[in-house]
Amino acid sequence: MLSRVAESVYWMNRYMERAENYSRFIDVNFQLSLDLNEDVNRQWMPLVFTTGDNELFQKKFSEASKENVIHFMTFESENPNSILNCLIRARENARTIRENISTPMWEVINEFHLNFKTKKHFSDTDLSSLSEFFKTIRNQCLLFYGCQEATISRDEVWYFAQLGRYLERAEKTARILDMKYFILLPSHDVGSNLDLLQWLSLLKSTSAHEMFNRMYQKITPTNIAEFLILDRQFPRAVRFSLKKIFDSLKTLSGTAEDQYSCEAEKRVGVLLSELSYTSVDEIFNSGMHEYLDRLQLQINGIHDRIDERYFRF
Amino acid sequence: MLLTNYQTESFYDEMFSPEGGIRQSYHFLKSRIETMDDRELVRRKSSAEKALLSLGITFNVYGDEEEEERIMPFDIIPRIITSHEWRKLEEGLKQRTKALNLFINDIYHDEKIIKDGIVPAEYVYSSPGYLKECKGINPPQGIWIHISGTDLVRNGDGTVHVLEDNLRCPSGVSYVLENREVMKKTFPELFASLSVRPTYDYPIRLRGMLESMSGKSNPSIAVLTPGIYNSAYYEHSFLAQKMGVPLVEGSDLTVKDEKVYMRTTRGLKAVDVIYRRIDDSFLDPLVFNKDSLLGVPGIFEAYKKGNVAIVNAPGAGVADDKVLYTFVPAMIKYYLGEEAILPNVPTYLCSNEKDRNYVKENIANLVVKAANGAGGYGMLIGPRSSKKEQDEFCDLIDKNPRNYIAQPVLSLSRVPTLIEDKLEGRHVDLRPFILYGEDIYVMPGGLTRVALRKGSLVVNSSQGGGSKDTWVMG
Repeated sequence: MLSRVAESVYWMNRYMERAENYSRFIDVNFQLSLDLNEDVNRQWMPLVFTTGDNELFQKKFSEASKENVIHFMTFESENPNSILNCLIRARENARTIRENISTPMWEVINEFHLNFKTKKHFSDTDLSSLSEFFKTIRNQCLLFYGCQEATISRDEVWYFAQLGRYLERAEKTARILDMKYFILLPSHDVGSNLDLLQWLSLLKSTSAHEMFNRMYQKITPTNIAEFLILDRQFPRAVRFSLKKIFDSLKTLSGTAEDQYSCEAEKRVGVLLSELSYTSVDEIFNSGMHEYLDRLQLQINGIHDRIDERYFRF
Repeated sequence: MLLTNYQTESFYDEMFSPEGGIRQSYHFLKSRIETMDDRELVRRKSSAEKALLSLGITFNVYGDEEEEERIMPFDIIPRIITSHEWRKLEEGLKQRTKALNLFINDIYHDEKIIKDGIVPAEYVYSSPGYLKECKGINPPQGIWIHISGTDLVRNGDGTVHVLEDNLRCPSGVSYVLENREVMKKTFPELFASLSVRPTYDYPIRLRGMLESMSGKSNPSIAVLTPGIYNSAYYEHSFLAQKMGVPLVEGSDLTVKDEKVYMRTTRGLKAVDVIYRRIDDSFLDPLVFNKDSLLGVPGIFEAYKKGNVAIVNAPGAGVADDKVLYTFVPAMIKYYLGEEAILPNVPTYLCSNEKDRNYVKENIANLVVKAANGAGGYGMLIGPRSSKKEQDEFCDLIDKNPRNYIAQPVLSLSRVPTLIEDKLEGRHVDLRPFILYGEDIYVMPGGLTRVALRKGSLVVNSSQGGGSKDTWVMG
């Protein structure tokens, strides 16, 4: 398979995953803001921190109002990670590899783009249909995964798709957990109703609420962190995602479980076993934010090594 | 109902004879249309166009930022050609292809046709498509023009003429295939009862031709595209997909030890045959355009050594020149000893003083074209131009006479076309596609392009033209 095609498959999946994640975060935050009666503007900036695009945001907007943040994350043409831009790039990548993916996959992504590109911003009146709008985006992304799952061969295209999707997912789940850190900064009302509501919204931001409830009796920070970082079965958990990346890299290179053929494999292997032998208490003791920060750096490092090994040699 | 007020307005109509009677080949279509109510046809057209959009069957429009991709407007009334007439067109196209190929091979070798005084040397050497680097090269099986798309037009008296030869990277074949798929969904009942010759096997034949250009039994083939911003990108991707071969960009290829390789996730993989959709001048920055980022450094040397087949062969564009076009009937006579089956459109060469004066005096009644233009750019349609535009063209001609030719305004034939909710006559041309490998294959039909604006003669998609399915009857 051409290196360029591998790269495009990888990024097409990263962008779709990103668009899906963003639409979920924004919607959950919007719902949360409706439950809070206090001054809610401070509710929105953490979302921007979560995306890592806070510098760009602050350059463009003086205030992190609901409208500004939603616009920035959804339609802003100067934000390379806005949902609209993710979609444009996902489709552009799909176009360059059209002969490597199935027609149903292409049609989903193309129609999604056609329906979305005519919308440029929200007006106040749109707020009533906001949740519906983000739900449509999520559903289109899920339809895309479904088509990919059902219509393409489990060859290299598939494994590069998995790499893109799970790398993006692992990184975003780590970032979402970190959002609690940014929300907590201004006030330390641990254990309050607000605190509970915020933790709950983190679960919802990863569509993890129901799966979490089946495993744990109590919504506590420790339980939630354990579930989202270390779980072996939940598809949005960091460990689960890393295992998928590990397996995909192994299949691509054909090396045995306990050997490695490139730096990318080595780093995933090391990180995965670290997560396998870490308890959530150790994570909290070492400082949750510091831990998540390091985790994100490690995940980004894995991306760089994949890039180096497969896309740019 | 839709056809009751239809007027042929003294043009040659592909469906109706001058007396208003229906031509034999259109009988069935006419009775089918008449049983439909007006809205039914409009509905079928709009669902056909929706299908094209959702499949992303689009072309790119340069310099239009708001809407960079468009579907080519699609008309659902087909152009129908009888098997009898098609046989003649097919023979004529094969004859022309053979002669053009012999011409190209000749001018890069012995130049007999120049020495014998049939084609003036200066016309050949001044053609931008002529590449001195190709002198003495022997492409596999002696074939230079593997894929051509010759534009045909039917004149007011019903005679079919060759308007131009496209021998570089002719595009449009993907629309022929997609239009047919859409038409089968739109009018299944017609296909079920008529014997329309199929076109679906084109990609298989294309692949077969490409394979035959390599000595190997299982050669590695690739389609080379300039990338997604090229106006014909959809087609490049479509053909690669249908043939099951990789679509590559210049940066995916590299040359080592005079051999061409693709960069893959498992390292370098050799390439034997390249169907390139980028122009000669961008092919190899070491030999041609030094600033090109699209091409592959060293590929021309690999080609010269016979390590890779390039389709169409570099240098073939010389015969695509509209000045050399005027010599094709003479080439047919010279190389094959035959009379041309398909006539050329009468053409004035502005480099010839007598012709030039005539052109300048009669510019208001002529079509003037750049000898190496394409896509409907750089042309003047006399009767539809202002005095100012005519003067500008006269200046252009004086500055560079070699680059201009002129032809009488043809009265192109028309086909009923759905305009809003009724059928009106619109002018059409036809681009059949020809493959030259172990033998010459002419795809039955081709791309019928239609000038959608009332009275317009310009059919190019970049100028608002649309397309129709072309049915050759079995």
